[in-house]
Amino acid sequence: MLDTVNPLFEFLLRQGDNTLILGHRTSEWCGVGPALEEDIALANTALDLIGQTQLWLDYAAEVEGKGRSTNDLAFLRDAYAFRNILMLEVPNEDFGRTLMRQFLFDAFQVPWLTLLQDSTDQRVSDIAVKSLKEALYHLERSRGTVISLGDGTEESNRRMQQALSFLWPYSGEVFCDDEIDYAMAKVKVAPLPSEIRSIWLETVEGAFNLAYLIKPEGDFAHSGGRAGVRHTEHLGHMLATMQVLQRSYPGAKW
Amino acid sequence: MSEKNEWPLWEVFIRGHHGMSHRHVGSLHASDAEHAIRNARDVYTRRNEGVSIWVVEATNVSASSPSEKGPMFDPSRDKVYRHPTFYDLPDEAGKM
Repeated sequence: MLDTVNPLFEFLLRQGDNTLILGHRTSEWCGVGPALEEDIALANTALDLIGQTQLWLDYAAEVEGKGRSTNDLAFLRDAYAFRNILMLEVPNEDFGRTLMRQFLFDAFQVPWLTLLQDSTDQRVSDIAVKSLKEALYHLERSRGTVISLGDGTEESNRRMQQALSFLWPYSGEVFCDDEIDYAMAKVKVAPLPSEIRSIWLETVEGAFNLAYLIKPEGDFAHSGGRAGVRHTEHLGHMLATMQVLQRSYPGAKW
Repeated sequence: MSEKNEWPLWEVFIRGHHGMSHRHVGSLHASDAEHAIRNARDVYTRRNEGVSIWVVEATNVSASSPSEKGPMFDPSRDKVYRHPTFYDLPDEAGKM
């Protein structure tokens, strides 16, 4: 695998595609949030994530050095070329699942970006410093909402438990180290994702306890998204919406 | 949604970057105080308006009655001598 790909480019795509795909999913709430305040908060989160995407994919485009721009990477790649984890591409379903997914992701991003601040790659470190401030707030918000809804009414608890049960098998993919991760760890660009699993578990289990939610059994993890092996059937549909403008009017500018 | 299920209303106060005091900027709905602060952050400080947020549940604000506006405020309208505008300030005193 490493003979044919540039590991740094792959690493950067994984970071940028995670924030791009979740950012787009989050933006789908714009105008239809369950309350005006939550609608604006979700739009803010989406904008933060798209902003982080720009930093990651700017650098990815430079590292690739094949003349593709940041926008080309975001809007002209097909589903098989995306490197996001599968959890981030499944549909929002409802507000509960959207916030549960955000929480599971934020609980990873915070320790991950914290360690990336010490990356030997200055650009990676700079992006991590900037993104971490946003991720810390996202975590505060998603954690608070998960706890409030879990410890809310019977209906809200039921929905949060349903969301957790659905998302749990998707939450492990990010910790499955592979060749790209080993290559990045070797040159100290990034730690191994598996190293932060225990911190992540502590964060999520702590919130589940306060939220009266039961952590599902089992370690099975749907995977293949970040490795580029397979995506869910949902990604193609999402990209069709997200990319329609650049596909229909190639090179169109704002 | 019935009235019963609505989140309570909160009044939001923001202190700006150069402000000395918190100013009322508006109101919002939230389930509790922490939620209200997060919502205030997202609704009222997204254009970098502030460095500090206060929230007060609207039911805890006591207000003067609009119908008593006359007796409450009119008597002070013709007492210009209460404004300290009749003094000559020495330059050394600086801006007051």
